[in-house]
Amino acid sequence: MSDQFEPVIIGFTCNWCSYRAADMAGTARMKYAPNIRLIRLMCSGRLDPTFVLKAFAGGADGVMITGCHPGDCHYVEQNYKALRRFIILKKTLTQFGIEPGRLKLLWASAAEGAIFTDEVNKFVEQVRELGPLQWPTSGGGLERMFAVPEHMLVKEVTA
Amino acid sequence: MKEYLYFPGCSLEKIALSYHLSALETTQKLGIKLKELEDWNCCGATAYFHVDELLAYTLSARNLAMAEKEGSVVVAPCSACYKNMYFTNVHLREDPDLAEHINEALQEDNLTYSGNVAVKHLIEVFSNDIGPEEIKSRVIYPLSGLRVAAYYGCQILRPKKDHEDVEQPQFFEDLLSAIGATPVDFPLKLTCCGGSLLISSRPAAYSMIYNLLYSAQRAQADVIATACPLCQVNLECYQQQVNQEFGTHFSIPVVYFTQLIGLSMGIPPKKLGFGKEFLSPKKAIDAIKNIQSQEEVITQ
Amino acid sequence: MTEKIGVYVCHCGTNIAGIVDVEGVAKWAAEKLQHRGVVIARDYKFMCSSLGQELIEKDIKELGLTRVVVAACSPHLHERTFRNACKNAGLNPYLCELVSIREQVSWVHTDKAVATEKSKAIVSGGVERVIWDEPLEPLRVPINPATLVVGGGIAGIQAALEIADAGYHVYMVEREPSIGGHMAQFDKTFPTLDCSACILTPKMVDVGNHKNITLLTWAEVTNVDGYVGNFQATIHQKPRYVNTDLCTGCGICQEKCPKKVIDDVFEAGLGKRKAIYTPFPQAVPNFPVLDKANCTYFLRGTCKACEKFCPTGAIDFTQQDEYIQVDVGQIILATGYDLFDVRRMPQYGYGRLANVFTSLEFERLSNASGPTGGKMVLRDAVTTPTSVAIVHCVGSRDKNYNSYCSSICCMQSLKFAHLVHERTGAEVYNCYIDIRTPAKGYEEFYQRLLEEGTHFIRGKVAEVTNAARVPEEEGKLIVQVEDTLIGKQRRIPVDMVILSAGLEPRHDAKDVARLFGISCSADGWYIERHPKLDPVATMTEGVYIAGVVQGPKDIPASVAQGAAAAARALGKIQQKEVAMEPIRATINQDKCSGCRICNNLCPFNAILFHEDKMVSEVNPALCQGCGTCVAACPAGAISGTVFSNEQILAQLEGLLLLNVKQLEPEPVPS
Repeated sequence: MSDQFEPVIIGFTCNWCSYRAADMAGTARMKYAPNIRLIRLMCSGRLDPTFVLKAFAGGADGVMITGCHPGDCHYVEQNYKALRRFIILKKTLTQFGIEPGRLKLLWASAAEGAIFTDEVNKFVEQVRELGPLQWPTSGGGLERMFAVPEHMLVKEVTA
Repeated sequence: MKEYLYFPGCSLEKIALSYHLSALETTQKLGIKLKELEDWNCCGATAYFHVDELLAYTLSARNLAMAEKEGSVVVAPCSACYKNMYFTNVHLREDPDLAEHINEALQEDNLTYSGNVAVKHLIEVFSNDIGPEEIKSRVIYPLSGLRVAAYYGCQILRPKKDHEDVEQPQFFEDLLSAIGATPVDFPLKLTCCGGSLLISSRPAAYSMIYNLLYSAQRAQADVIATACPLCQVNLECYQQQVNQEFGTHFSIPVVYFTQLIGLSMGIPPKKLGFGKEFLSPKKAIDAIKNIQSQEEVITQ
Repeated sequence: MTEKIGVYVCHCGTNIAGIVDVEGVAKWAAEKLQHRGVVIARDYKFMCSSLGQELIEKDIKELGLTRVVVAACSPHLHERTFRNACKNAGLNPYLCELVSIREQVSWVHTDKAVATEKSKAIVSGGVERVIWDEPLEPLRVPINPATLVVGGGIAGIQAALEIADAGYHVYMVEREPSIGGHMAQFDKTFPTLDCSACILTPKMVDVGNHKNITLLTWAEVTNVDGYVGNFQATIHQKPRYVNTDLCTGCGICQEKCPKKVIDDVFEAGLGKRKAIYTPFPQAVPNFPVLDKANCTYFLRGTCKACEKFCPTGAIDFTQQDEYIQVDVGQIILATGYDLFDVRRMPQYGYGRLANVFTSLEFERLSNASGPTGGKMVLRDAVTTPTSVAIVHCVGSRDKNYNSYCSSICCMQSLKFAHLVHERTGAEVYNCYIDIRTPAKGYEEFYQRLLEEGTHFIRGKVAEVTNAARVPEEEGKLIVQVEDTLIGKQRRIPVDMVILSAGLEPRHDAKDVARLFGISCSADGWYIERHPKLDPVATMTEGVYIAGVVQGPKDIPASVAQGAAAAARALGKIQQKEVAMEPIRATINQDKCSGCRICNNLCPFNAILFHEDKMVSEVNPALCQGCGTCVAACPAGAISGTVFSNEQILAQLEGLLLLNVKQLEPEPVPS
């Protein structure tokens, strides 16, 4: 069990809905994987894509963005902006070589502690299957990224 | 000439032969060619989906796959066939997992279905493709004074599709008005005829048929027009038994809407399958003064 | 300069300490985060207790702490507690962070070792974040003591009277010619069976006469600018074509008017009114309104009977629309509801079958001043029904229409049953799903109806039809319903069917909400700040909601909410200024390039654009602190307080333990 790869997930929650969903999961003593660490924002619209990039660069293997259901945003419609950013972010990440399965968007209202719990657990397993990210800026990955595979090295051929 | 693929289903060539004949006659005259689907198989009728869903899907999917090879629209005159194929089509399009599974089965016959066929009910072809206006313009003998109960039956409009009015549809009545007949106020027009309950639970089916006949009689209908072989059989062939069961004296002829349209367009009754009924509509239709030539009169 | 950070890890009894090694976490923080500024790390049984708070206060004073991190429960519970503790000790409250290791760790994880490690990471995140915290002051904005109440139903009336009686001015705007709302249409109110008009009209009269209330009926709000304490509302006063300074309310114009029109608002389509009319005799204000669309003079240029007969010459066909601007400090929305349109359920036959009535139609039927003078008769206006079926839950508790329960329909249906028994002696069948009679006197009322011999059938009515199956059913309306308590289908022949239609938001509720800067839920009811603990405030400061507009409820609850909203408004007025959380965005005008991407992102229209300087600016009183613009600015010109980029990125680093792993800066790849 301890030999298994344990992914590190960063979760961004919004103060009004999804953070309260996490709180509710806690109050109801629901159990979810401890791999996730939450950051509270006032709104999912506050999510700057650089936060996500920084999280991956800093060693996170997966990032979960959560917010209020469309139509229920405390600030009226900012979760739609989060959605737009998420879509573009996912595309951009693939170009960086980061699998789209490492980024997840979840809408959870303050009453949906159970959904929050389930989705966290599912996501942790999803990222576990993808393996550690080891993005080049952390842990000597740059050398790995630029290393040329053995079979592609040009070998001298004797005449 | 528009060409559609035609799915007769098990009944049309036997017990509902009059529907088959009148369908082909009228559509041809109105500019639509119905080409029978090659090597079609049973649609599963009303029962199969409740026995084994996957096998039932495969049955219908095979028909769709065969249709896809030859064309893009398949027309079913029977409401049960229509419903099975229509919803198989919808589910295969919406559920890629199901589609994959079913296509795997179809592979056995070297077939595959990609979702490119549209399924229509025969009455839709008259209502939407041809339209009541066009039909009206082709009427030679308007069926004036003929009081018709337009019986939709339950499977044409259920399960509900987004764009349709399932409570107060009028398209069948509009067709009847176009041919000069008088559609009566028939509140049970969407109520089930009992379907295959006639085989599995006869008393239940009889009471359902009784309600429909009572309602039609109350509305003083001369005939009941249907769009489904099962409805026609249930309503016509068992009237005697219903009378015995309930002590009533129903004697209402039940015809197919295509037969009525055909009559109004001047097609000879024999060609429309008249003469095969238990309850002859002869009296009612003879009463229409607009039918001119004597040899056109229906013989029993 | 390094900050002096104090870290406090709470046991919360065994709630946290049972799973997390709290002493270990505190020790770890003192050791591993010392290089980040942690000078003291303590653990304590109950940080939120006065002793716990004193620990913090003492350390601030004695150790000169400049930052505080508490690892305990959710900030939603105790952020304010610890911030106050800091404030008491002289440290700016916004320099204190509360991170959750209870709801987020000890309550949701079982592996103690892993939970402890996660808690360390969370504390580390808090420490990194708090370094970037800035001292802030809540924003103070002055309050205009006048209040705008939109909607003249019972909730709005209650709110207006409370504020006006307290000595402050109220502008009440009502779109119908008279205040009173739906309550004015009812005959009797449950469970007391008080005559609705009798209990309502004294309040209406008070509103009309009150020196502190400016009543604007036949008017609507068209625009709202400003922010809490300082709103400017534009009110469109539609022309009555009656000069209210001259009109005495004598009613001669209505008598003489030759044009009758179906009244589909007040009389629910059952009765008629004239082209010039007051909706009901006790209307407040008692000035009639001329319906231009149906007036013979406006249509054909003839008649003018009202003008001829008016003794004071009050009719004025030249009256124009007026736009009035009022300045208020706060707004209360009490705009009520519309009835579910029962034509959406054609299987119940409304419109097709004559003797199917809606609940509002039946109210008018039973009302003594209604179109039949209170006689309960069928549509032929003559026949008294001998059997009546009342259908509960029409359009409610139904995922095809509205899934919610409309709250009042059971009591209303019971009331109808009682009135039918009383006035006609007919057999009454109530077809229900559940009987919901929770409030005071409601259950007793239900028992009374049982004793009166009402037939209760537990089943959702499938169909109302006139298609008789047997001769005995001819001429009747047949209610087809499964009586689930006996497990049988029933066909009940009745003379009259009453549909207890559900309550729905007003057809333009979404537009009105947008006007006032608040939001609707998916069902269309206005969203309260907290469903349990703050039902009359909204997320927008200074705008309150009261009555059914917040969700279906009965009259006592609407009155309570009206009074509650008034109390909130009065509380703010008393304080003369309001303090707001300083979570705000600010635009650094030097960095702003004037691209205006932020302008349209703000749902509160808090970002202005200065054409002359070609830069944007955030109005801190309108800004609600969501931070979307902060994230969107391509130049990084917008910063947000309390949730700045630096704070969040720092917290991220702390959570990933980068501050501990890398004690040197990251090598630059060559």
